[in-house]
Amino acid sequence: MNIIITIAVTAFVVLYAGLFKAKKALLPLTLVGLLVALGFVACSWNDPTTYYGMMRMDNFALAFSAISIVGTFFIFLLTQKYFAEGSDNIAEYFTLILFALSGIVIMVSYQNMSMLFIGLEIMSVSLYILAGIRKLNFASNEASLKYFLMGAFSTGFLLFGITLIYGATGSFDIAVIQQYLIDNVKTISPLFYPGVILVMIGLCFKVGAAPFHFWTPDVYEGSPSLITAFMSTVVKTAGFAAFLRLFAGAFEPLHDFWAPALMVIVIITLCIGNITALYQKNFKRMLAYSSISHAGYLLFSLVVLSANSASNVLVYAAAYTFASIIAFAVLILVKQKVGSDTIDSFNGLGKRNPFAAFALTVAMLSLAGIPLTAGFIGKYVMFLNVMGNYQVALVVIAILNALVGFYYYFKMIIAVWFKEGNETVLDTPFQYKIVLLLSVIVTLLLGVYPDLILNLI
Amino acid sequence: MELLLLLFLPLVGAIVTSLLKGTAAKVSALGFALLSLCVTIGLLTQFTPDATTQFAVSYPWIQQLGINFHAGIDGISMITVILTNVLMPLIILASFKHEYKNANAFYALILFMQSGLLLVFTALDGFLFYIGWEAALIPIYFICAMWGGKDRIKVNMKFFVYTIAGSLFMLVGLIYLYLQAKSFDINAFYALNLDSYQQGWVFWAFFIAFAIKMPIFPFHTWQPDTYTEAPTTGTMLLSGIMLKMGIYGVIRWLLPIVPQGVNDWICVVMILSVIGIIYASLIAFTQKDAKRLVAYSSIAHVGLISAGIFAMSTQGLQGVMVQMLSHGINVVGLFFVLDIISSRLKTNKIEELGGLAKVAPKLAITFLIIVLGTVALPGTNGFIGEFLLLYGVYNYNMWLGIVAGLTIIFGAVYMLRMYQKVMLGTTNDLTIGFTDIKGTEKIVLYSICALIIVMGVYPKPIMHLSEASVQHLLEQIKLKGLN
Repeated sequence: MNIIITIAVTAFVVLYAGLFKAKKALLPLTLVGLLVALGFVACSWNDPTTYYGMMRMDNFALAFSAISIVGTFFIFLLTQKYFAEGSDNIAEYFTLILFALSGIVIMVSYQNMSMLFIGLEIMSVSLYILAGIRKLNFASNEASLKYFLMGAFSTGFLLFGITLIYGATGSFDIAVIQQYLIDNVKTISPLFYPGVILVMIGLCFKVGAAPFHFWTPDVYEGSPSLITAFMSTVVKTAGFAAFLRLFAGAFEPLHDFWAPALMVIVIITLCIGNITALYQKNFKRMLAYSSISHAGYLLFSLVVLSANSASNVLVYAAAYTFASIIAFAVLILVKQKVGSDTIDSFNGLGKRNPFAAFALTVAMLSLAGIPLTAGFIGKYVMFLNVMGNYQVALVVIAILNALVGFYYYFKMIIAVWFKEGNETVLDTPFQYKIVLLLSVIVTLLLGVYPDLILNLI
Repeated sequence: MELLLLLFLPLVGAIVTSLLKGTAAKVSALGFALLSLCVTIGLLTQFTPDATTQFAVSYPWIQQLGINFHAGIDGISMITVILTNVLMPLIILASFKHEYKNANAFYALILFMQSGLLLVFTALDGFLFYIGWEAALIPIYFICAMWGGKDRIKVNMKFFVYTIAGSLFMLVGLIYLYLQAKSFDINAFYALNLDSYQQGWVFWAFFIAFAIKMPIFPFHTWQPDTYTEAPTTGTMLLSGIMLKMGIYGVIRWLLPIVPQGVNDWICVVMILSVIGIIYASLIAFTQKDAKRLVAYSSIAHVGLISAGIFAMSTQGLQGVMVQMLSHGINVVGLFFVLDIISSRLKTNKIEELGGLAKVAPKLAITFLIIVLGTVALPGTNGFIGEFLLLYGVYNYNMWLGIVAGLTIIFGAVYMLRMYQKVMLGTTNDLTIGFTDIKGTEKIVLYSICALIIVMGVYPKPIMHLSEASVQHLLEQIKLKGLN
């Protein structure tokens, strides 16, 4: 609870600091707030507490909160020089991201479906505004509107599903729902089944799984890059944590019913994400589609539930988050200098800024799943999980998709190192250097010694 | 502990080298390669040539997933470790004439790859083996795609996708074995009792990865282009050492783990190998580019090696051991000679050359020795290996042995014809200004020639190294076959 309070209070303090034109204080305040929140995470470790049957801060929730907070911390560091064009609403930016983060903490720790809804909405409403925060930019407006309409639509599904489940079980509490399923194996109310499917659709919208993914590319491309980075890393991770809490927890007894539906979604998601990413000329759009395909891999852990599902998602999400943050950081750097985010604009980056190029290479190798990077361990545990259940067809599809993935991630590596581009030197601001360096270290460290995180939950 | 030194020395070398600039990077790379060679010699003096695994290390690594850092050296590993660490200094020395831009990255990648290769050759844990397998691939991809020829990007993409596809299948095979054995340890894999259906699947999952790496017909299509487009150092690494990863993989991870699967499919593999020999030889005849010719000849040689493995006899496998070393040394020599020619004359086209022997007698002699080693003249290293291999294949099936035997005749024809056209005859306008080998070129070529002759005349120490391990391996296979 103190985590949420800290983040929310920080948000308000930052807002007021903005009101009093204390521009210089915004970033330090935010970072300190996040560090305090992270400290609270560490303090409550191994001490699960339930708050009024609404939220449960167990290790699962804490681990995902920690990843989200660290991810947000890095994204805040990337704001250096990002707002150079004299915009006045930096405080709003910061506040909204912090509000979204507090929603995320609720999403990963809910014990009651109404809290799921509240957390999701706190996060989503902040994001709708953030996506459209460039008021005069056409694409930003489009992104915001699209995101809002699609988000509202999916929330409708989610709410409808929750209602049906409430109708069947008489409770919003996920422990009660699970108990209901265990007690009434033979006599589950027919209302329950459409409820599960509707909730699944609602959550699939949020995590951008196909065929509910149509909003992602446009929203990712139109939103300011920093917000896209936030959406595709922290928000996505939170979505999966929410998914996992419900489906690996409450709905687990009904696994045989919803797993086939989810499996179809996984296969479509993998194929659409990867194959479309192959044809992208714009790096940001490519990342959007690749994020769809990663959603597919992440859903593996739900298709085959095991004791390790949660830690598998944690590893994968961590690997994906840090690699994506590197990718977006370099994207922002290149875009500021070159003014475009096509893949061609990365040509010759190896000469212009070897450090950023190296970091981007590590990120691409990790996203592609090459050994000794965190991405490989993430993919490996997913494969292991699915193979353990002898879902051979799924494994073959996953492998073919991994191959396609290699192709387009290596397109970036080729552009960066092997193609000739213009020679203007690209310098890295100090905070970017820190973010890139730390992310590279984490990516390699988790790749070489994943025990650090595999045992967490 | 000595083994850890062996494995991590090149890695340390890679880090040190990457921090240096220009010539210093070259020298440091050579220094670390020579140090590795010294460590290898040190290991060799302590090594007892019996069937046991020596210098073994085992540390828990990723406990959650049952993965250990478990490695060790037996006779078979020893041969490949020697191959790697003898060739590395030669390959690095051979690159001294070239001025590669970003030399520090270039040499750091080579040393990084050396670590990966050594890991492959010593790993006794499935996961560790896979890590080494990929850790050797990534650097060579960058070496070839960064410092290669005109078409390097496209060609290397093909190479990369091919090999990574193979290794993904292998990964699935490994995971499957892990789920059966509940451990990645090679001894747990050996102890498995899979039925022939399961063994068949595992066989193919592994075999495709190894076949692509070697390469065996019809998985070879990436190879000629990649060899031609790569910088010579890359070609040497690929053909001299890297393709032995596939051969070693078959011996260590395929034969003893799924003998039944091997037995069921042996016929297909044998025929593919023999087809590869004939097919590659025929194509080698028609090549106009000497580098491509050597690339195809390499496919033919590897075809024979793979046939020798699957013959599964002591002679065949001992032949593989010797031939792995010989082929590595000879092919590095061949590519180096061609590199010397092309760096001076800017061409490797057979038609445009001729008469080099007159202007460069030292090169002519060394080149002749290497060519004779390649065509398996008695008294050179190629002879021992090919003779044993053919003996093994002949024992498996007479007709296959006869067809495979054609490789010697074919090889002699196209290699000697190439030699004749390049070195003999009259000099032309282009070749008249050719200068003979000197400096580092001399050191490399003389060392290679010395190795060819010494191994050809006195192969016993090499064969003695691996004999007990090979015997043990075959007994292991037989025992499992009886169950």
